[in-house]
Amino acid sequence: MKSDLEPRRDFLLQLGGLAGAAWIEALWPAVLAAAQHAHEAAKGKSVQAFEVLTPDQAKQIEAITSQIIPTDELPGAREAGVVYFIDRALKTFASDTRSVYQKGLADVSRISADLFPGIQNISEATPEQQEQIVAELMADRSTLALAGSDFPQVIWLHTIFGFLLDPEAGANRDYVGWKVLGRDSAHSFSPPFGFYDKDYPGWQPNSPETDKR
Amino acid sequence: MMDTKVTYKTSDEVDFVIVGSGAAGGILAKELSTNGFRVVVLEQGPYLKEPEFSHNELKVLTFHQLTNDPALQTATFRKTPEDTARAQNCVLYGRCVGGSTVHFTANFWRFHEIDFIERSKVGEIPGTGFVDWPIRYADLEPYYTKVEWEVGVSGLAGASPFDPPRSKPYPMPPLPVKGSGVIFERATRKLGYHPFPAPMAILSRPRPGRSACMNCGFCLGFGCEFGAKSSSLSTMIPVAEATGRCEIRANCYVHKIETDKSGKVTGAVYFDAKRATHMQKAKAIVLCANGAETPRLLFLSACNQFPNGLANSSGLVGKYLMPNSAAIALAVFDEPINDYKGFCVSRIIHDFYELDPAKTGFYGGGGLDARFDWTPVGFATGALPPGTPRWGKEFKQALHHNFTRTLEIFCHGSSLPVESNSFSLDPNVKDAWGLPAVRMTYKDHPNDLKMMEWMRDRAMEILDVAGAKTKWAGPVAEQQFAVHLLGTCRMGNDPKTSVINPDHRAHDVPNLFLCDGSSLVTSGRGQPTMTIEALAFRAADRITTLAKSGELSS
Repeated sequence: MKSDLEPRRDFLLQLGGLAGAAWIEALWPAVLAAAQHAHEAAKGKSVQAFEVLTPDQAKQIEAITSQIIPTDELPGAREAGVVYFIDRALKTFASDTRSVYQKGLADVSRISADLFPGIQNISEATPEQQEQIVAELMADRSTLALAGSDFPQVIWLHTIFGFLLDPEAGANRDYVGWKVLGRDSAHSFSPPFGFYDKDYPGWQPNSPETDKR
Repeated sequence: MMDTKVTYKTSDEVDFVIVGSGAAGGILAKELSTNGFRVVVLEQGPYLKEPEFSHNELKVLTFHQLTNDPALQTATFRKTPEDTARAQNCVLYGRCVGGSTVHFTANFWRFHEIDFIERSKVGEIPGTGFVDWPIRYADLEPYYTKVEWEVGVSGLAGASPFDPPRSKPYPMPPLPVKGSGVIFERATRKLGYHPFPAPMAILSRPRPGRSACMNCGFCLGFGCEFGAKSSSLSTMIPVAEATGRCEIRANCYVHKIETDKSGKVTGAVYFDAKRATHMQKAKAIVLCANGAETPRLLFLSACNQFPNGLANSSGLVGKYLMPNSAAIALAVFDEPINDYKGFCVSRIIHDFYELDPAKTGFYGGGGLDARFDWTPVGFATGALPPGTPRWGKEFKQALHHNFTRTLEIFCHGSSLPVESNSFSLDPNVKDAWGLPAVRMTYKDHPNDLKMMEWMRDRAMEILDVAGAKTKWAGPVAEQQFAVHLLGTCRMGNDPKTSVINPDHRAHDVPNLFLCDGSSLVTSGRGQPTMTIEALAFRAADRITTLAKSGELSS
């Protein structure tokens, strides 16, 4: 299989000289395999069964996470498969937050019913209503950060994880999160990297005029 | 390739046990084994190789693949000795073969001449134990050069008018400039400063067995899968193992140094991965466990002969912690910088390295670098301008616009040595092995906070001149988290006021040596690893001379 990483490998071999090239030849399969694994993980679009969440819980979580990172002309949490990442998280590293999710989803249902009588779950609401429900959930949450253990904090962080982690972590399907960032998913890069360094003439010491300042 | 790996029995009395395999431990392992000695390196963490490194933030950062885990290596924090410490994630160190050199930024500044003699120059500073080093820059210069050539440092000699004298140019040219470097260089030039290519312990040219930097963008916090970062793992450890005399024994948590009736050390007691206890016998021991774990191990090794902790007749083990002071300023520019590509830093200034206290009103100085060291998750959770919504359309728009257009100026500076700032054993809290947790007591000297505020203001001026329309910096706050673990077993000539002598030999124990960040007498200006490595090469020479003269076996 021809990988999109291989042209870069050829460049490396040219750059590396004999010793470096020999090493790259030796190591490249492992690096390639790791990167390929991430690429394959990113493409894991097949319908997955939820391991922890019920279909109803999954719908509610997807409704909430799709408000945290909504879909517009660019993909959002839904396209990144964030709900699948969260399901996996609840099965593995975040299993201790299952009760946080259970209570949190109940709170969201209550908020939904309070704001919009007749609606039992956020997944039943219109997108505009969903935005208002999440706004109520996140009220006074201007300091969301990496730490914290209540539901708004936990689902926010898990959404960021599911959207932006390397796909090796079971997140960021098709690298859509990195596309939103504008982050190229390639494994290596060559300068110039952006607008400001593309015409850089090379470093020179200060001129006497500069030094006078 | 012939397998040269050696395995020693714990009952074999090897020449040296080295505790820790990081910046200093890796170099001592390589030097002592190539000098003909039989060496066992006991490393607390796992032995990971380049193909095992990944860009998975969850695995590497959240779950501490390369560093200490606060849930296992418990630490506690308090501001003053009068407070009761509470469990807190307050210390970070590399916990794998290669130590912190595996995940570090790789800024590789030499200390300047002033760092060794500053006390004599500026006089006493109230509230501190500020002293000169027992050695000078000139003593260390050959070893700085040795570091640059042996591990591989990219840079441009003579580019900074503030650089100290050097005997040899860098072994390879600087890494390519990044957009952040160009913006920083142009702005600092306008202000009359002297930007120059950052010296980095990252290869700009390949070396046998190692690739040049591939600019993958996962540098700070991550291991380099290309071997381009000049970690001890990629540079020193393979050479040490190739001698056939050095065993790297990973997943070994050393928790006691044994001594005999004569007061000499006899071996290192450790838990293996299954928590079984062993003792590796040795003629001499070198502790390179970092500035938190080295003093902790000395305290844990207290015995009848050394009731206050091994090598602690001065009472200064663990004291004078200097974590370096720091501040950051961020800005968003109009066009894509794409600074996520590549290593972290390409341009720095040292114009503020040695400031005049009479003019500034504070002691100390530092350096500023332009960088981008944010991972995707880190950026979304910590690098958006204040007031940016944290969810919804505007949050997403900010991520989309800012990620490729943001840069950061990092201000690095000195820390003053204050005796109460320290590592000690917590009397109440245990780690996951049931041993006393390391307790950090720390409160910044007011001078250091003042200096950092001044630095941060200079960073904001630079961003202003650079044309940033959106720029911000947080308040300079008291530190409660230490990464640079410096000064806690300081070097000196007087056994009453220092823990080790200039040979890194413990004043109290003739066959015990300490070499890591704990050895430093002053903090430099924020980039200590280069100096720790130069000290390690020098220590290896001194220890070799002592061992070959028979002094360690008598």
